[in-house]
Amino acid sequence: MSREFGPGDIVTCTFGQTPRKGTYITSRDGYAVVKLENGYNIGVPFSCISRISRPEPVPAPEIFISQDEALPRLSIVSTGGTIASRIDHRTGAVTSKSDAIDILRAIPRLRSVGHYQVRNLTTILSENMTPSIWQQLARAVYEEIMDEVAGVIVTHGTDTMAYSAAALSFMLETPVPVIFVGAQRSADRPSSDSTMNALCSASAAASNLGEVTVVMHASTNDDTCAIHRGTRVRKMHTSRRDAFRSIGIPPIGNVEYPSLAVRLEPCAVRRGSCEPALNEKLEERCALLTFYPGMPPSAIEAFSGYAGLVLSGTGLGHVSKTLIQPIRNLIGEGTMVMMTSQCLHGRVCDRVYDTGRDLLKTGVIEGEDILPETALVKMMWVLGNAKDAGDAEDLMRSNLKGEYTRRSADGF
Amino acid sequence: MDSETAGNPSIDYELLGLKAGIEIHQQLNSREKLFCHCQNVLRKFDERSGELFRYLRATESEFGDIDAAAKAEMKQERKFCYYSYDTTCLVENDEEPPAPLNLEALEICCTIARALSMTPINQIHTMRKLVIDGSNTPGFQRTALVALDGILPNGGSIETICLEEEAAQRVEGNTFSLDRLGIPLVEITTSPCMKTPEEVRDIAAFLGMVLRSTGQVRRGLGTIRQDVNISIRDGARVEIKGVQELDLIADVVKREVLRQRNLLEIREQLKGRGASVIEEMFDVSGIFRNSKSTILKRSSSILAVRLPSFAGLVGREIQPGRRLGSEFSDYAKKCGVGGIFHTDELPAYGITEEEIAEMRAFLESNDDECIVIVAADEGKARCAAQQVIARAGWALRGIPEETRKMIDEGSTAYMRPLPGAARMYPETDVAPVTIPTDWFAALPLPELLTAKRERFIREYLLDPALATQLVSSEQAFFFEQMVTEGISPGLAARTLLSTIRELSRAGTDIQHLTEKDIIAVLMAVERGEAAKEAIPAILCMVVSGASVPDALRHCAPSLSRDALISIVQKIVDERKDFIAERGNGALGPLMGVVMAEVRGSVDGKLVSEVLRQEISALLARQKPGKGDKV
Repeated sequence: MSREFGPGDIVTCTFGQTPRKGTYITSRDGYAVVKLENGYNIGVPFSCISRISRPEPVPAPEIFISQDEALPRLSIVSTGGTIASRIDHRTGAVTSKSDAIDILRAIPRLRSVGHYQVRNLTTILSENMTPSIWQQLARAVYEEIMDEVAGVIVTHGTDTMAYSAAALSFMLETPVPVIFVGAQRSADRPSSDSTMNALCSASAAASNLGEVTVVMHASTNDDTCAIHRGTRVRKMHTSRRDAFRSIGIPPIGNVEYPSLAVRLEPCAVRRGSCEPALNEKLEERCALLTFYPGMPPSAIEAFSGYAGLVLSGTGLGHVSKTLIQPIRNLIGEGTMVMMTSQCLHGRVCDRVYDTGRDLLKTGVIEGEDILPETALVKMMWVLGNAKDAGDAEDLMRSNLKGEYTRRSADGF
Repeated sequence: MDSETAGNPSIDYELLGLKAGIEIHQQLNSREKLFCHCQNVLRKFDERSGELFRYLRATESEFGDIDAAAKAEMKQERKFCYYSYDTTCLVENDEEPPAPLNLEALEICCTIARALSMTPINQIHTMRKLVIDGSNTPGFQRTALVALDGILPNGGSIETICLEEEAAQRVEGNTFSLDRLGIPLVEITTSPCMKTPEEVRDIAAFLGMVLRSTGQVRRGLGTIRQDVNISIRDGARVEIKGVQELDLIADVVKREVLRQRNLLEIREQLKGRGASVIEEMFDVSGIFRNSKSTILKRSSSILAVRLPSFAGLVGREIQPGRRLGSEFSDYAKKCGVGGIFHTDELPAYGITEEEIAEMRAFLESNDDECIVIVAADEGKARCAAQQVIARAGWALRGIPEETRKMIDEGSTAYMRPLPGAARMYPETDVAPVTIPTDWFAALPLPELLTAKRERFIREYLLDPALATQLVSSEQAFFFEQMVTEGISPGLAARTLLSTIRELSRAGTDIQHLTEKDIIAVLMAVERGEAAKEAIPAILCMVVSGASVPDALRHCAPSLSRDALISIVQKIVDERKDFIAERGNGALGPLMGVVMAEVRGSVDGKLVSEVLRQEISALLARQKPGKGDKV
């Protein structure tokens, strides 16, 4: 029955005592969803509605966006996510269907910060990201940098934004800011954080920064965005605007709203600090495994044949005694194994307890205070680019892009 | 109130083509809020545990338009501050997706729908209704249409009942308190089926009665609000928001009819004069550079709007305390200016006759022209002048469709244009809910309070006034529970309607009194273990933390009939002379003495009975002596 109706059909809905005019929206669980003239959607049996007319679809208006070419030239590379989300009125679901141009249209003030070239890479929700899309993204950003833009903004879903930011941190040498930005509240709502985040990211992209960062709300208020280093940032809340936090270091700068003034900490890498380069190779046969009490040896053995395995251990970096032998076997087969901590805050130290000392004897690399997800991404990059196993271990132990801190500061 | 607004009997509303409908918003007394698991509790502002602030901006609807009402609010770029509490959560903060629709609230809504003979929607869809005045943190209010087509006693119809979330309460300016946000409420919309102001009031009273009959709606100030939709022939549909008092509804309708009649009258006069609006604004800052008006001196931009042949009519009263100029001013205020000046009310406010003359000369305007002046910084002044031009244009055409808010005594001020359907789009975070037809049909119908009152009089032999008081209080359900437990209707009603209220008035925190405790105390009285007179003292002790048995022991230690008799005999014996002097008239004064002694352990009736006996006995013993004397 639903096949007789198409979205936008004008229908009569005979329900209750009075026939009412409405617009057919979609079919949902066997009911016809009709938008009444008062704006409400209701779900009624298909037998209640009959079509009056089918209006010609109105073509979307062509939007011309004027830009001020005297402003810094910025690039927006869109990958999807909530910041680019729109409501699909057929299914009622939020999807990442809009692109960089839509963002420019929705946030006119962006045009007072820079003039933009846009590039639509994908329109995916970020849980669907893959290392090969990281590579496409790195190439796209590199091309934009080679095109001499003043900065690159990457719009991205928030779920895996920290992974992508870490991946680009290792794959790219960039003299200009590469800013990841997203939104925690969909762009259709008047309270969405997308406007402020996008404006702050544009301002950061035009700033004196010269590294890969994430720019998102610093608190629940619409007053400041924090600038987080791509290798030290983590999504720490499922839904809050200020979900993104720098772990183990303070944010490397911030952008005030609505002034859009950018302030950088002394440790932030400045614009022009290196020549652009792209090292895009990744070894995808790497995994991240969170240890839990009672984890069977087979859980470790399952990674036999992998090039690398990052363990997220307990406390100072531990797994149970029963896993020592399987880990030793894995390393013996040539798998690189790094230990990180599921505490997230603080540093791994496997010299304090027996288990730790036994782990070190198997050849596990201590991950210091690197974040587990960053360690995984770094391992993919290191194993994709190192000359040999020794070089790989040296690279894993070296601080390449701020993923390690030299000393553990007080507080967390 | 002047005679016309108070209801000039010569006004025939039906002849004027009055059409009125009402929207009633009633908060529901569910355990939790509509889209989160916070309790429905209101807080004091100084109990807040945090503050947060946000900006809101208008967005496109599903069909690509921006709603007119939302756009009008956007004339001011506003920052909103919100108070949060330990009883609010991330959903109110717009930091977490909503929980599924509260099914308890839906059941209450369906019960009301059934009581009004409405037809439920099979599958209800929660919508987002754009509201960017700051009262909703996300910038929209969640609302769902639940049922259609109800019947009113006047033969008119109820169009819809919606279940929606309550908005945040305004603290002041752009600051809101999140405790109220999310409390479930029903919105009942009638058709424009009422033809006189009194009919509007009666229908509002009827709907309020039906709502209270469920026993599941919140009570007290602000828990029910009426919006009134009004139009007259040739007028326009106007929605008046937030009439809290039932008694004012008829006056609000009368005053709106008056306003529309006066505006139509002004239109006819303007037409007759050939009046027009010059759609251009003129910079007159230079003329007022040295003005004595502090507002003009402070402003960087002073703009004039010219309204040829409007003179005298802008200052014309259209409602008590309101002029056509007030309407212009309301529109201008949407741009953030404090108000406007117009030549119908000048010279005044520090603006001199000479300055006006100079301005008229500069603009080459004659005395038939009304000039409106706006003063602010340039952006605001231009916005305000544009608004005045728009509203003045309406004066030539008739009456704009508007949402208005009530100000004192039933007059109203402009809030925003009437919202259209463009402000609604689906709330995708909340799944649709199916209402099974048989479940709806099986919902128990609430007994209407009018029927309940009759039954109370009949079954419990209550005094009609007491019955009215009881059914219109929140205690009718509890009252019947008490009677079922075995407490006499009279005692139950008096305890609820007077004893407990008096305690509350005297400052006792009756919130701490549970229904179970009240029943236990009254049952003790019914069993003769405590005197009625001791009820307040016992309840007070319970409030301050004592258990009911402890409070009874303390305030009403058990006393046998024999023990009572010996106490009474002792008192009577000590006051022989007094009794001899007064005879049976001593009963009254001695009651107090005995009651003080037995400290509420014995019911007054029993005390009186024993005392009467002992006095008679004494008098009988004394009689012979008395007789001798005679």
